[in-house]
Amino acid sequence: MLTTLIFLPLAGALGIALLPRGREGAVRWAGLGVSLLVLLAAARVFQAFDASSGAMQMVEQAPWVPAFGISYRVGVDGISLLLVGLTAVIFPIALLSSWAAIADRVKAFTMAILGLETAVLGTFLSLDLILFYVFWEAVLIPMAFLIALWGGPNRRYAAIKFFLYTMAASVLMLIAIIATHVLGAVLLWERTFDIERLATMVLPVRTQGWLFAAFALAFAVKVPIWPLHTWLPDAHTEAPTAGSVILAAILLKMGTYGFVRFGPTLFPDALVASAPLLAALAIVGILYGAAVSWAQTDLKRLIAFSSVSHLGFVMLGIAAMNEQGFQGALIQMVNHGVSTGALFLIVGVLYERTHSREIADYGGVAARMPRFAAIFTIVLLSSAALPGTNGFVGEFLILLGAFRTSTWWAALAVGGVILSAVYLLWAYQQVMHGPLVAKHPERLLELTRREVLVFVPLIALIFAIGVYPKPLLDRSEAAVQAALERLNRTAATTLPARAVVRVQR
Amino acid sequence: MITPPVVDLTLILPEMIVLGVALLVLMADLWLAPERRGYLVAASLAGVLAAAWVAAGAADGVSFAGMYVRDALTRVGQVVALAATGLGVLVAPEYLRRYNLDRGEYYVLVLTAGAGAMLMAASRDLLMLFLALETLSIPLYVLAAWARGNARSQEAGMKYFLLGAFASAFFLYGIALLYGETGTTRLPDLTSALAQQPAGISAAAGVGLLTIGLGFKAALVPFHAWAPDVYEGAPLPAVAFMSVIAKIGAFVALLRVFPLALGALADQWTLVLGVLAALTMIVGNLAALAQSSYKRMLAYSSIAHAGYLLVGVATATPPAASAVMTYLAIYAAMGTGAFAVAVALERSGGEADRIEDYAGLAGRAPLLAAAGALFLISLAGLPPTGGFVAKLGIFAAAVETGSVGGLALALIGVLTSVISVYYYMRVAYVMYAGEPDQSGGVRLHASPLLNLALLITAAAVVYAGVLPGAVTSFTQQVGALLSRL
Repeated sequence: MLTTLIFLPLAGALGIALLPRGREGAVRWAGLGVSLLVLLAAARVFQAFDASSGAMQMVEQAPWVPAFGISYRVGVDGISLLLVGLTAVIFPIALLSSWAAIADRVKAFTMAILGLETAVLGTFLSLDLILFYVFWEAVLIPMAFLIALWGGPNRRYAAIKFFLYTMAASVLMLIAIIATHVLGAVLLWERTFDIERLATMVLPVRTQGWLFAAFALAFAVKVPIWPLHTWLPDAHTEAPTAGSVILAAILLKMGTYGFVRFGPTLFPDALVASAPLLAALAIVGILYGAAVSWAQTDLKRLIAFSSVSHLGFVMLGIAAMNEQGFQGALIQMVNHGVSTGALFLIVGVLYERTHSREIADYGGVAARMPRFAAIFTIVLLSSAALPGTNGFVGEFLILLGAFRTSTWWAALAVGGVILSAVYLLWAYQQVMHGPLVAKHPERLLELTRREVLVFVPLIALIFAIGVYPKPLLDRSEAAVQAALERLNRTAATTLPARAVVRVQR
Repeated sequence: MITPPVVDLTLILPEMIVLGVALLVLMADLWLAPERRGYLVAASLAGVLAAAWVAAGAADGVSFAGMYVRDALTRVGQVVALAATGLGVLVAPEYLRRYNLDRGEYYVLVLTAGAGAMLMAASRDLLMLFLALETLSIPLYVLAAWARGNARSQEAGMKYFLLGAFASAFFLYGIALLYGETGTTRLPDLTSALAQQPAGISAAAGVGLLTIGLGFKAALVPFHAWAPDVYEGAPLPAVAFMSVIAKIGAFVALLRVFPLALGALADQWTLVLGVLAALTMIVGNLAALAQSSYKRMLAYSSIAHAGYLLVGVATATPPAASAVMTYLAIYAAMGTGAFAVAVALERSGGEADRIEDYAGLAGRAPLLAAAGALFLISLAGLPPTGGFVAKLGIFAAAVETGSVGGLALALIGVLTSVISVYYYMRVAYVMYAGEPDQSGGVRLHASPLLNLALLITAAAVVYAGVLPGAVTSFTQQVGALLSRL
């Protein structure tokens, strides 16, 4: 079932390749249809998932390159399930949102999006390190093409920066993957890249530190953790709306997912040891991202920097290393996907009408687009974590978790919550209220029915998760507890070991 | 009384098929009407296929007084060399007709060079290796100068010939020094002779000179200076073929000489080869960044790939030797493919050599552009293409040694791969996003054989990336050969 889920979009993309030229309507509908089928398959996985188990489920395995010990192995647990669901929801929305915005090379665009969906789903579901790496890197190619071909004026620079920045960090992870495999061959007497098998070996703390550093660098660039975020504003600003939505909603989660997936399994000691550093960088990111957002004059850059701030919260939740923190981080990944995805769609709506992203070019839009104003308000409040919306659930859990680990972390991070309300409301006020400043006010038309349809599922999710997050939290709970158990176990075994070393000295 | 050496002609059946077909083509060309040259292409391809079929299944053995060996490395090396030869034949006919260079001797030279590479893979003696090297090289000199009316092609051929002859002399002098030290040119005897006595200065110099000779053929830095000029001047199909076949010959020979024959002395040469590999990867990739000519860019790219291959030779473990052969097989597909895309284009009566000539290719020929992007992505080593599998094998073997040197080479390898992404993707970007030349200066030439070559190479690159098991299980026997030592 998972294999079908992963390769369904790719099969769809290949099918679309066979459609005759010039049939753009058919291509659009086919692309949307395929992504909806994927959503259906994901819903089936979500339904069949056994929430009481923290182990990998629906595992499918086949030898791939037996000579190297590489296998095709996929499976889902509570951690990946939420992200798979998010992916399946966001992609149809991204396709639907580009109905009017993409008029050029529709076929290639649709194929790139569907290819990207396969790569992303594969990244979240892989249980073999090489398979994971293959999907992880495969994400870069369609995404770079999306930016480079359908992006803004400075797209070439942004695409290359995105590609080289993330790839430079990833190749070091490849070396660490090989090194982990080699250590596994020595310690387990087995040539394997299987994550669960490799997790059974106990590595010295120093070795773990080096390997984790290489993995963490790749993930940190993707998240992005301050100060490795500089590629993000350029990529976001230049990408087409659908690209920005996917980049923010899904691709950034690959980084945080990497920390949650590989930290507790392969490098528990290193993760525990680096928690203070991760928390410090996360808090700097929260405050820095928020402050820089406030200073932006470009609406898209503002949202891009707000992602740096919001993902700082996710990293803080992970660094807290307790159940509230982890659960909050997971739910916040979904929330950020929903609300920031929606924010980029909102900018897309404005940009399609006026071809400007400058905040100064707008004002008084609410009067001409009341429905749009209502949607913008809801999304904005969700992003600012108002109680009753999804953002509140996530940030509250994260702050609770952080508070239990360190009062200072929580106290500093709360500043980010306040700042995010400030810059979001400020941007809203500048754009939506005040005198009408648009050069062509007649272009500020109310949302079409298709555009409303794009926002409906996201708004529904904002309230559903905000009011009743239990279905999601239930499904991730067992997996989170399993991960924490691993972390606690190693903390318990390594502390006496350190004490012994100290006594000997 | 002199006993004649044992000669087992069945052992060299694949080489005989290839050379026999080459002679047949040479003779037939004298009588065949020019419009029927298609038969020569068909005969060449049939010969290559038959030889590959025989070579893949032939039994092991040693013959010609121990100068010739047929073992796992011979088998894998010959099949890869024949695949490259077949592709070399496929990319040529349309181009040769277009520029009025169509003569049967072209295919004779391609087949002979292929046979030279096959003999290099089967050499068990340094003199045999030298003869095979010359059999490979001399046809390549002629192919570089094939465009007789074109001064740059003439220059390329001359340059390649002079520098190549110089390198051959180094190689021969190296053999002489080793013979002086050990009294033998047989590779297995060399191993035991050098293992018994402490290696003297002349033995070390001999090995060094051999390295220079082979390093020239493989275009390793600092013996690479000829490659960009020759690639730029020589006709495109010839470049497509020589860049691949020379690499196959040189690296099979490097495997024969270093890990297989001199494996016992590994600690004395791994550092030298490692430094050469690091230099080659760094210089090749950095220089490729600055190129505005597609052919020169691919020339530096081919230098960079020689660096990655040399990491495998320097690592010298069984998995590394298998990985080198896997890399060569995949490189044969992606290297030929990348040049074949250029063969399909023409700018105002000449080769479409500037990167701008590829602007907007995706709009005019979507399949050709897709194939081009695929080869470039594969050359950059990104998954899910064959190029990734090739590099993964090499770097995994280097890391697996557990040595600082291996780790350093793997790190240099992956970081220079990131650099390479920039210059490969720049071309892919131009193909997709560039504004096409409106003056109509760049024309497309499709031909069934060229399309077949593109199809085969593209399919091979994807297949090797998605199901690498088929390739690695074939090349693995080379590692098994090494681990038996």
